[in-house]
This record gives sequence, structure tokens and C-alpha cells, in this order.
Amino acid sequence: MSRPGFVLEVDDRTPPLLVHNGEGFKLERFPLGTRVVYPPEAQAPVRDVEEAIQNALLNPLESEPLPELLRPGMRLTIAFDDISLPLPPMKKPDIRQRIIEAVLTMAADAGVDDVELISANALHRRLTPNELRDIVGERVFRSFYPDGKLYNFDAEDAANLTHLGQTKHGEDVEISKRAAESDLLVYVNVNLVAMDGGHKSTSIGLASYKSLKHHHNSHTMIHSRSFMDHKVSKMHHSAWRMGEVLTSHVKVFQIETTLNNDIFGGPLEFLQKREWEWSIKDQASMLAAKRGIDLAPTRVRRKIFQDVRANYGLTGINAGKIEPVHEKTIEAVHSQHKVEVQGQADVAIMGVPFVGPYNVNSIMNPILAACMGLGYYFNSYIGQPIVRKDGAVILYHPVDYEFSQLHHPSYVDFFEEVLSESTDPATIEAKFEKQYAEDPWYIHLYRTSNAYHGVHPFYMWYWISHALDHCGDIVWVGANRKSVERMGFRSASTLQDALEMVSHSVGRSPSITYLHNPPHLLADVR
Amino acid sequence: MMLALEMYRSPAKYLAAKAVGGRIPGILTGPAAPLRLVTIAEPKAERDGWARIRPILSGICGSDLGMVTGHTKLYFSAMVSMPFVPGHEIVGELLEDCEDLPKGTRVVMDSVLTCAARGVEFCDGCASGNTNRCDRITVGHVAPGLQTGFCQDTGGGWGNVMVAHRSQLYAVPDGISNERAVLTEPLACAVHTALRAKIKPGESVLISGAGAVGLFATLALRELTQAGRITVVAKHAKQRELARAFGASDVVAPDEVFRGVRRATGAFWLKPELGREFLLGGVDVAVDAVGSKDSIDTVLRVTKAGGRVVLSGMPSTGADLSPVWFRELELTGTYASAREEPNGRPAFETALELAAKAPLDGVVGATYPLYRWREALDHAQSAGRLGTVKVAFDVRSA
Ligand SMILES: [Zn+2]
Ligand SMILES: [Zn+2]
Repeated sequence: MSRPGFVLEVDDRTPPLLVHNGEGFKLERFPLGTRVVYPPEAQAPVRDVEEAIQNALLNPLESEPLPELLRPGMRLTIAFDDISLPLPPMKKPDIRQRIIEAVLTMAADAGVDDVELISANALHRRLTPNELRDIVGERVFRSFYPDGKLYNFDAEDAANLTHLGQTKHGEDVEISKRAAESDLLVYVNVNLVAMDGGHKSTSIGLASYKSLKHHHNSHTMIHSRSFMDHKVSKMHHSAWRMGEVLTSHVKVFQIETTLNNDIFGGPLEFLQKREWEWSIKDQASMLAAKRGIDLAPTRVRRKIFQDVRANYGLTGINAGKIEPVHEKTIEAVHSQHKVEVQGQADVAIMGVPFVGPYNVNSIMNPILAACMGLGYYFNSYIGQPIVRKDGAVILYHPVDYEFSQLHHPSYVDFFEEVLSESTDPATIEAKFEKQYAEDPWYIHLYRTSNAYHGVHPFYMWYWISHALDHCGDIVWVGANRKSVERMGFRSASTLQDALEMVSHSVGRSPSITYLHNPPHLLADVR
Repeated sequence: MMLALEMYRSPAKYLAAKAVGGRIPGILTGPAAPLRLVTIAEPKAERDGWARIRPILSGICGSDLGMVTGHTKLYFSAMVSMPFVPGHEIVGELLEDCEDLPKGTRVVMDSVLTCAARGVEFCDGCASGNTNRCDRITVGHVAPGLQTGFCQDTGGGWGNVMVAHRSQLYAVPDGISNERAVLTEPLACAVHTALRAKIKPGESVLISGAGAVGLFATLALRELTQAGRITVVAKHAKQRELARAFGASDVVAPDEVFRGVRRATGAFWLKPELGREFLLGGVDVAVDAVGSKDSIDTVLRVTKAGGRVVLSGMPSTGADLSPVWFRELELTGTYASAREEPNGRPAFETALELAAKAPLDGVVGATYPLYRWREALDHAQSAGRLGTVKVAFDVRSA
């Protein structure tokens, strides 16, 4: 039986605690009384995954079983979550591969021969053929990719987009033409956190900029509190409205999966455990890893972390109509991730790890580091943020001035040009977003290379707008001073210095909460 | 007799002998130093239209530094007469009446020694008002020398007395300080550049370089043309600040030019497997205000097809001209300034207006007496890094 999430109060017997810090980690001594929020331990996985898949497809929620939706001559499209999920990537076989194979088998049995598979990457970068293969598996890849029937969604391919109409709020719903014109759209999801899935899958994953800009903007994102709670997130409200329009045109068969918290195995297994429970062996591997990582050149260190493949066990799979499926998903995600936290703190501390949704096989540049800490982790709550209004957030990450020219070309310009002018999300949205979204070179790189869309760094910045608005102080420990200051934050060399710097707003003995993730947790702040 | 700095070794010989690299004082105290502080006879103003001037402030120009450090092209050496007193950016006082200008008038000087000054029949350039294109700069009753400051007979601003011809002189209105007036000559060059660049309303411009030439070109372009976005390449903080104050829409660092221009113009950015990157698309007009191979290479690579590249700094050799061919660029130079600019007026008149109203306070960042010439030239050589735009001699205090 797994143990639920756990809140520990640091006392004089508490050993130094592990803090993720980019491609490495630190051991930090926290002030006495610091509350440490540990993620729950991994839940027991489903024993027979194949059986669970069959069961979900044959006994869907509020829908006919999948085989009954399949018939000869029909147009079937399978869309699946892209490389941004799960994090880190999972060991093979990917759960998406198993599901897609099961769906394709049923389709073949039903005589369906018009099938296309689309990576629902919206404005994310195109996946490379190898990355597609890692998700769908060798057999599916070989059968579909060479004929162009397995491909990345292209949000800039005007000829292959369909405008389905507007929501009652006047929001455009424009998605993949193939998906829109399919007799059945099967969506294969991986749900790592509560933000994923539901109507977000199709009405965001397969949508164009014209459609996305209705909710991916600073106003909506600042009012999405939190992204992890679709019932109070404005972004999700919009996606749900779009989903209504979409599903009134297209029959969607949604397949959602939930994973457990089993991320780090092998020599990194200690990352999964609570420090005071480290065995001699755990301590030895921690020291070995730390020494190795600290001494390794950047390239080697990066490879070590990029090669991390998580064990993940499947905790559930549900298929059928989007809303009831997503209800079940949220239930499962909450039961794995939710940790009850009593009250808000004056100071929140978070370590930003090596990977986020947008730097898989790439570099976590300063904007992505900020987004990971202040977008992802800060928003990882339900109820209220873990830090009080005008409180302080202290983050760990080196925030090196380093960008992938291949994956993040517009990020470099955004960092140099936009952030040097303003860090206010609404200001930069008004002044720069359109230019970046319509820049022909970014569009060219998005469509033909492996670059995130030109507008993507704006979305990252909007995503942190709630944290910017809520927090009085944001300080990075041990980070590149210039990078941090360009983003409008402050940097400190040690935790002590950081606490000193924020003391004018939170006092000399603030209450502190340390969110000890990853593995992922969802703070249920009462 | 008067005190003056004298260039006494020919640039060609100096070029051959110069100690490569190093700081200016090192160069100037070396065995081949081409410059010395001397007491010499004052130049004479015996012909009609000529008068003596006592310089007040006298600027140090990039071309002076090029001459002193041996970086000037050999091309130049046929158009100077040795020895000479440098200094062509002056504000001074007339020591005697000069035709309609009475003794004591404060004047600035168009340094080009044209047909009018030389007393010869006008060449085509002079006849059409394009005095900077004069073909007679080596003949007539004045020794060879393309400008005052490169001519044996006239003296120059880096000495206590010099002579000039009425055709070169412009009276300085009372409201203009000496520190502003001394900038008139470089401003006139910038006016000429701005008007020669033939910029259509709304066209985008890149100015590479934020020394005096680049900054004044920025100012002149903003004041005299309807250029759209002006992007200035600047290395140092003070230069960036001034570029903005002078009208730049945005400022980029030298290693940011491709990215900055690409962003500003929505161009495509190509990186060949070998050789340097370039843009498809780019600015409508680029002005090189540096003259280095790097800078020229860069402006050629970020100008859109059919665009115009204006060489405003004295260019060095070795730039790759492939983009001129492939992108059908119009390549043009601007030298000094003309008596009749495309706006129908002498560049100096327009420049004096700029000198009066532009935000030029503090642009002359340091002045030195003549005897501290090594420090002065050293300062001028590293002006950008030191946050100075223009270094000048205060000739009165010599
Ligand atoms: Zn000059
Ligand atoms: Zn002439």
C-alpha cells in the first residue's frame, strides 16, 4: 500500500533535504519549523495493462463500445498527446503505443482502412521521426509514417484547418481539418497532472493560433486559479466551451490514462525517497550521483538527465465521452498527487528540476525555468496558493543563459528584445505578441524544422502571470544573476541570503513551506 | 611662430614602419611616431578670400586617428602634402576680416579644399554644388590636400593659427556654444549621409556603429528623413543611450545584429554550412559607420534584395561582396558634405541648425590642451568604451 503525501516540520534532527536544481541537485538545510510537503508515494499500478485497455475500450463511459463505432469506409483519426507528456518520458513501451495498437486492431477487425494518426502538438515543436516512434512504437510507426498517415499537427497549414464556429463567448474554434472531418476522432491521452486531458486535449491540442489566443492570453491565464482545477480555471472554462462546439461537429472517443508517481529508478532511486529514510545504499548512490553530476561536463550531465526514463505504472484508463471520462481521470490524479496542506505560508520554496514540458530532449532556458517554477509548480495547488498573497517565492535553478537555437529560436528574441522592454504580461502581450505570432521566419521554422511556434514564449510568460501578480518577492538561489534580473527577479547565492532579501516583506521569522517535488504533488491548501 | 601638432612622416612610410597594435601612446612614442608637437611659422593668408583663424576647439576625427595609427589607406597619401597640421573639425575666431565676415566672427569650416579655395576654374563637382566631389584637390595655389587638416599650406585645427577661404566658412549664431559648434563639421557629414541615403518614407534603416559618425547619422536621419524603424548597432552603454536619444527605434549589440534585424523586419535567416550567415529580407537601407571588414560584411548581409548600403565610415579592404551581387544591392559612399545637398542647401547650414537644437549637451566629453596630445588621442581611440562621443583639443589653453 502506498503512503499518502506527507507534511514534515523541520526540527533539529532533520537531515539536509534534497532540492532539485536543474541538471543536478542540492542538499539544503532548511530553517527549523519549515514545512516540507512530500509527494505521495507511487500507488500500486494496474496489474494487467492490456486487459485494462481492452476493458476501457469495450466498456466506455456514456458511449457505445469502440468496436460499435467502427465501420468500413469511415474516416478514423487517432490523435495523441505529444512529447510534452509525461515528464520525464516513460520507459518503453509508451502507454500511448499500447492503446493505439489496441484501437488499430479493433479498426482493422471492423474493416476501417482510412486511418490517420496526429500528434496533437498545437504550437509545440514538431516531433522528430524518432520521437514519434518512441510514442507510437515501431510497428505503428512503420505502417503509417512512410505514407504520411502519421504526422505532427501543423497549426499554420491554413489549407488543413477547419473553422467549426464560435462559442457563445465569441471564441473561434479552429482545428485540424482531418480531425474535424473525421467520422470518429479517438484521442489518446496521458494524464500526468490535473491540468491535462478533458476538452483541453482536442480543443487545444489540435487548434490553431486563432483559436488558442482566446484563452492563451495574460488576462485568462492570470485568472486561472489554478490550472490544476478545471472548474475554476478560466483557461479550462474556455476550452470546455470550445469542446462543446467541437463535439457538436465531431464524434470524439476520449481515452484517458493516469500514471503513478514512480519516476526515478536505478541509481537515481533515492530521488524518490524521503531523506531521513535513506538507507546506507541510498546515501551512497546519492553521494556518487552528486559527485558524478557535479564533476561532469555540461554535455555529459545533460545526457544523464535527458536519458532518464520513468517507470510509471498505469493507475487507470477510462474511455468514452469526454466529461465523464475526465471526471474519473481527475479522481485518479487527485488520489495520487493530492497532499493536504494546512494554511498558506509566508515563503514558498521550490526546486526546479531538469525537465519541463517544453524542453524534452532540449535545454531548459531561463524562460522555461521560470515557467516550470512559477507556472507549473506555483500553480500546483487547489484551493489557494501555498504562499500567501504578497508572500515570497524562493526557487532553485542555475538559470544559465542558454537556449536551443533549434527548438526555441523565438525564445532568444523574446528574452533579448521583449523582456528587456517589459516583464509585464499584459504590456508585452499588447506590444509584441502579434508580431511574434505572425513572424514568417518563426512560422517557417515551426512548420519545417523543430521549433516551437513564435508565440510560445509569450504563453510561458502568461503562465507565470498569476505568480507574478500574487507574490511580493521572487528570488532565485544560485542562479545566473543576469538572466534572473532580465526576467525581473532577484538572485541570491544561498538560501540564507534569499531569506534575508525577502525579510523586509515577510519578516525575520516567516513561515516557510518547501514543496518537495518531483515526483509531482498537488497541494490541497486549506 | 605658433605651437602646433605636426604630422611629419608620410602615412605610407608610417604604415610600413608602424608598430602593429598596442595603445596609442605606445604607437606615438615609438621610433616611427608620425606626429610631434612643434613651434613653427604661422600659415599665411595672402590671397583674396583667405583669412587667419584662431581655433578655439578642434575635434579629433576617426580619419585623424586612422592617419596617426597608420590605418589610413595608401589611396589617401597622394592627396596630402607633408608636413601638415591636422584638425578639420573646428570652431574658431577670425583674426581679420574675411570678405563680408568681420574680424572676431566665430566660424566653423567646411574643410574640403575645393576649386573656389584653390582659385582654379570650377570642376564639374564644384560647379554643380557637389563640392565634396571636387577633382582639383591637388592643384591651384594651395598645396595638395583633400581637406584643411591634410594640407601643408593651410595649417589645421590642432595648431594655434590656421587659414581658411571664405567659401569654407560659416558664421556661428550667438546661441550656439563652442562645444556644440565644434560638432558642426561631423554633423554636416551626417546631414550629407542622411540626404544621400535617399530614404523613402517608412523605410527601415540599420546604422552599424555608434561612434560619432553613427550617432550623428542617426540624428540626421531622424531629423531630415521620414525613415521608419532605425536600428542602431552599439557596443557600449552610453552609446546605446545616446542612440535612443538621437532617434533610434531600437539598439542592438554587434553580436545581435542578425537577430535584431531579422526580428525587426520579419526576414528569413540562413546559415550556410561554410561562411557567414545572412538574411533573406532585411532592412531597406543600411549605413556602415564603422568601416571595418566585419561591419561592412554585416550590413551587406542584412540588407534586403534591391536595398541600399551606404558606406559612411572610411572602409577597410576585404569585405565579401557576394551579397551585393546576389541581392542586387546598391552600394554607395558618402564623403564629407556638399555645398548643395539634395535639399538645395549647404550641409553646413542644416548642420548648424542641428547643432543649435539637437540634444548634444555633453557630446564633447573631454577636452585636452595640445601638449597633452598623447592622452587626447588615446582617449579618442577608446572613446566608445569610455562613454565619450567626441574628444577635442582646447587650443586656447595650449
Ligand atoms: Zn572628419
Ligand atoms: Zn572642384
